[in-house]
Amino acid sequence: MLNPLCIISEVNPVNRIDQVFGELRASGSTALIPFITMGDPDIRTSVDIIKTLVQAGADMIELGVPYSDPLADGPVIQRASERALRHQISIVDCIQVAEDARNAGADVPFILFTYYNPVLQLGLDRFFELITSKGISGLIIPDLPIEEDEEMRGLAEQAGIHLIPLVAPTSHDRVKRIAAKARGFVYCVSSLGVTGVRSDFHAGIEEFLQSVREAASVPIAVGFGISSREQVQRFEGQADGVIVGSAIVRKIEEVLPLLADPGRREEGLQHIHDYVSALKG
Amino acid sequence: MNQVPDQQGRFGKFGGRYVPETLMNALIELEEAYQHYSKDPDFIAEVRYLLNKYSGRPTSLYYAERLTKHLGGAKIYLKREDLNHTGAHKINNTIGQGVLAKRMGKTKIIAETGAGQHGVASATVAALLGMECKVFMGEEDTKRQQLNVFRMNLLGAEVVPVTSGTRTLKDACNETLRYWVSHVDDTYYILGSVTGPHPYPMMVRDFQRIIGDETREQIVEAEGKLPDYVVAAVGGGSNAIGIFYPFVGDESVRLLGVEAAGRGVETLEHAATMTKGKHGVFQGSLSYVLQDEYGQVQPAHSISAGLDYPGIGPEHAYLKDTGRAEYVPITDAEALEALQLLSRTEGIIPALESAHAVAQTMKLAPTLSSDKVVVISLSGRGDKDVESIMHYLGGEPGESH
Repeated sequence: MLNPLCIISEVNPVNRIDQVFGELRASGSTALIPFITMGDPDIRTSVDIIKTLVQAGADMIELGVPYSDPLADGPVIQRASERALRHQISIVDCIQVAEDARNAGADVPFILFTYYNPVLQLGLDRFFELITSKGISGLIIPDLPIEEDEEMRGLAEQAGIHLIPLVAPTSHDRVKRIAAKARGFVYCVSSLGVTGVRSDFHAGIEEFLQSVREAASVPIAVGFGISSREQVQRFEGQADGVIVGSAIVRKIEEVLPLLADPGRREEGLQHIHDYVSALKG
Repeated sequence: MNQVPDQQGRFGKFGGRYVPETLMNALIELEEAYQHYSKDPDFIAEVRYLLNKYSGRPTSLYYAERLTKHLGGAKIYLKREDLNHTGAHKINNTIGQGVLAKRMGKTKIIAETGAGQHGVASATVAALLGMECKVFMGEEDTKRQQLNVFRMNLLGAEVVPVTSGTRTLKDACNETLRYWVSHVDDTYYILGSVTGPHPYPMMVRDFQRIIGDETREQIVEAEGKLPDYVVAAVGGGSNAIGIFYPFVGDESVRLLGVEAAGRGVETLEHAATMTKGKHGVFQGSLSYVLQDEYGQVQPAHSISAGLDYPGIGPEHAYLKDTGRAEYVPITDAEALEALQLLSRTEGIIPALESAHAVAQTMKLAPTLSSDKVVVISLSGRGDKDVESIMHYLGGEPGESH
């Protein structure tokens, strides 16, 4: 019997996410996956920040679509969303950033992180047309659990775009089902609660990651609450990728005055660069 | 009509569970516990005992004779949910969920609140059952409703001001869900309306259907027939679904949901989710949502804090799209006028929410003949609103006769 994945790979070129994980595995290293909110503080700066992240060693980047009701996010990303939405950033603008950043030389896989409603309003067909043509390789939709993702998963498979699922320490017996359907990688939530910097992770984190590892045929990445080189290192042996979101968004928030000042913009970007390259080690 | 929701929590296409994975097992656990206890005679008896002896059910179905005469048309009955303990229908649900939380072994409850009615009802039940209680309330609302904040404190609850987003009910809901994500092990979330992810819309409906079950029995006793119209205000829609649900199978009974038009549906300041909203996913379920073309949820406005919400329960979306219920908007000004009319004709000061249903009846009743019967869900009393009504009407204390 033909493996349906083989058929897809004939139609679509190899997904860039798989390519990067393949290269990293060969060299024995872990992917650093930063998250930033698109349009915080504006679209042009987002493109510059993405370039900066790539120069600082990002292996792939999560592009966050700002949303009015970000249920899974803590205060830092909530504030970033509010800043972005003040100038009516839409999901279409966010997707365009991928193309602009790629044209500006950011040659890494882009993963769009968006809540479900903006996608639904755009219409699933138009959404997939757009993300395919603008060079998005993966999707994370935090409020679309497996019970609700059938249509989305089908369309993503057809388009050769990875729908990356989240698993949480509370997922228990759901881990197997989720991991079995995962594409790209499995996003392991390090702790209960929302996104945001924290000093401690869920008590059973090692066993949790191990259980996901055993259930998944794709790489696993860990995120939520990671902000230091030490924390990145802690997970390097246990996961194929480490996602850093709020800590970078908070760094951007810190340097907003610099980014807004044409004379000191480069300095602001340099701060972000230094922070991310220190995470990479 | 089919039995709704289905196993995935779908009312037709509406409903579902659009929540972060972290919450999925908590929702499944809740659904299983509810399925189990809702068939358990001890559980049913305890809830029934508290509804009767503690909250004072059944509430009366009162023939509003002077209002009927004043409007000159259909006979108007008021289902007096305002006579419940804590002054509104909200307690029907908090008693049910409070007892369920206890059976599930949870020691802490959390709740969201807008004006404070559901917060007070949750704090009340927490005190009654000896549980810890945190109520999340938008910072704006804590300022507008200081008395309710104090009331909750008196009842032993902690009120957590929410400073994110619009700092009102919508963001209080978000924050309660976020807190729950971090504390799912020992904390029970008492959601206050027929909104949110499955099983809440179904469970809250089941706890509120007592309004309609009683109404059905009472109206048959009083009139020897079913009503021609049932009219109820809808924000999230819990009192409306509660009174509608037992009549859904009776094609002759027209169901009329009244939503808040605020300053008018042609302005940007309204909460007319059905009239102006579109299908969308918001706070855990697919329903109608006030939103912009790119799916960002829009702030709502209503004089009534309980209707000031950009979403609506998924079962209402289902009733609307199947044509079984109709939804109409009533403005702030119309609601205020209705509130005064009911106060003067019947000596009943309704909550601003319920005044919307009265206002729609003011339009409807005169168009009907006197052999027709309209039942209004008088979901709450107006005591909580007296101060703000005074400001809206521009009156000063002591000025009136």
